[in-house]
Amino acid sequence: MAITGITDATRAEVARSLTGKRRDIAETLFSLVLLLTLIIALAVLIVLLFNVARTAVPLLAHQGGRVLGNDYSSLPQNAGIRSGLIGSIYLMIFVILLAVPLGIGAAIYMEEYARDTRLARFINTNIRNLAGVPAIVYGILGFAVFAQLLGSVTGPKVAGLSLLTGGLTISLMVLPIVIITTQEALRSVPTSIREGGFGVGATRWEVIRSHVLPNAAPGILTGSVLAMARALGETAPLIMVGAVTGFLSTHGGPLASLRQKFTALPTLIFTYTKKPLPELQDLAAAAILVLILMIFFVNLTAILLRNRYERKW
Amino acid sequence: MAQAVISTPITAEVLRGNPARLRRERRMRALFFSAALLSVLISIAIVLSLLGGTIDFLRKVDLSTLWSDGWLPRNNLFDIKTIVAGTLIVALIAMVVAAPLGLGAALYLSEYATPRARRYLKPIIETLASIPSVVLGYFAIRVISPELVQRLFGSQVPLFNMLAAGIAVGLLVTPLVASVAEDAMHAVPHALREASFGLGARRRSTSIRVVFPAAVSGITAALILGVSRAIGETMIVAIVAGGTGGSLFTLNPLKGGQTMTAAIAALATGSDQVRGTDAAYPSLFFVGLLLFALTLGLNLLSERFVRRVRRRF
Repeated sequence: MAITGITDATRAEVARSLTGKRRDIAETLFSLVLLLTLIIALAVLIVLLFNVARTAVPLLAHQGGRVLGNDYSSLPQNAGIRSGLIGSIYLMIFVILLAVPLGIGAAIYMEEYARDTRLARFINTNIRNLAGVPAIVYGILGFAVFAQLLGSVTGPKVAGLSLLTGGLTISLMVLPIVIITTQEALRSVPTSIREGGFGVGATRWEVIRSHVLPNAAPGILTGSVLAMARALGETAPLIMVGAVTGFLSTHGGPLASLRQKFTALPTLIFTYTKKPLPELQDLAAAAILVLILMIFFVNLTAILLRNRYERKW
Repeated sequence: MAQAVISTPITAEVLRGNPARLRRERRMRALFFSAALLSVLISIAIVLSLLGGTIDFLRKVDLSTLWSDGWLPRNNLFDIKTIVAGTLIVALIAMVVAAPLGLGAALYLSEYATPRARRYLKPIIETLASIPSVVLGYFAIRVISPELVQRLFGSQVPLFNMLAAGIAVGLLVTPLVASVAEDAMHAVPHALREASFGLGARRRSTSIRVVFPAAVSGITAALILGVSRAIGETMIVAIVAGGTGGSLFTLNPLKGGQTMTAAIAALATGSDQVRGTDAAYPSLFFVGLLLFALTLGLNLLSERFVRRVRRRF
């Protein structure tokens, strides 16, 4: 049945709008604007890296031995970043030994043991809120609690502002990150895997150890690595617990260092950035390059782990 | 049908299982529970240490100085409105930068980018989020302030100003906003988009009229989270906002100002520190409590919006 009462002009216009390849300017513009925002966001990274590298690469190439081998100094010809590098590695060890096992333990309780009680919901909300607490507030905690409690261990000269205090503070700060990422990894293991274990009479812990943890390991590892990256870059809590002076004693090995003053790469960057001498500010650039390379390396490890072991159930 | 042969008689003892295994089970459960409980202890420790110091501060301080001309702890001036105004100005500038960049990038990644491009771009955005704030602080004082702010507004603008700090904080929170908002947009069911395309809508109308409203809770959560992070950010403002040694009350972003976080850092690192003599030292806890309450409120609000998304889809 033919449609009647339509003029040829209308017919032509309908045909044109249905078949025509008119460029939609607004549409193109919109997608370009969106693409531009993404490019600006990424360009910041490139400009930043370029700016830092322009200062840092020549410095490291010509005087790398001095920069990486010397400790903090306010004299440009003696100044280096070694103490910060060692301090950051010490802090990493704290995170691995303290935050990672505690975080995994807490996550296992929340996901595998806890029933949906009011207490469990409260702990869960509490963990989520802890993750959003500004880093500097953890610094106040470290300074008000750990530094006071450990004052007797370190003696009056250090006044509790030691590597031990710094390590404890930074571990508490990343603890919620470890818990939340581990919870997600545990949640992604299907219930049927657990039921297989329960079916042959295993206790809950045996099921967790033999069935749940091996399957959740890649996710847990990724989360732990990301927490380490976060701990590497965080500055604010460390300057609260006295890492700003730039000294770190390595006499007598790591255990003796625990009771001494400390520093880390990000706090050293802060200290050098605030110096009026341009040569010392350039050292900040060198420290930034080293720190960013470390963080990118750690992040890359996490991404590769995720891609390599990710399993879809 | 073969009957199961039971060689040992079934007693209550056999059904109860091996007591050593059960003891071990209880021990592991207690261990994990204490790890989970630790997070509650951390929260309690944070609140108690902040409250204790605040009470100490309010007892020592002359209350009229809490509403005066500026935040100058060395002169016993503790004007709350100065640090709150500084914090809000920096956070506002940060969101003016981060909201369009973050949401634009998120919309592009979720609606326009091919799945392949998305797979590469998302990790890059996440890497961007791992750049330490102290690095952006260095970038702010070496590049943003001299090359952008002073070039635009003339060299009479001081090197240390709140605008440069706000822009840098904005760049810092952009990846966070982009990542959370993209998750929300990606979670919008495909059926909604297909219905829109089926009616003849273009990608732009679909993005703005269908995806955006459907994801609005998650997008709001992303923005609130961004504000919360901007308020809690310390190192950038400590380096470039110009609050070292305190600041007079100002609403002009081209001047130096003091934020809550920078005030805490300045008190702790010694530039404003007058230990034990007056109210300057305990004022740190007072500002900390203010900051903690503000970010906690924002985080709880954001959590509520996120939960609304989960309920819908």
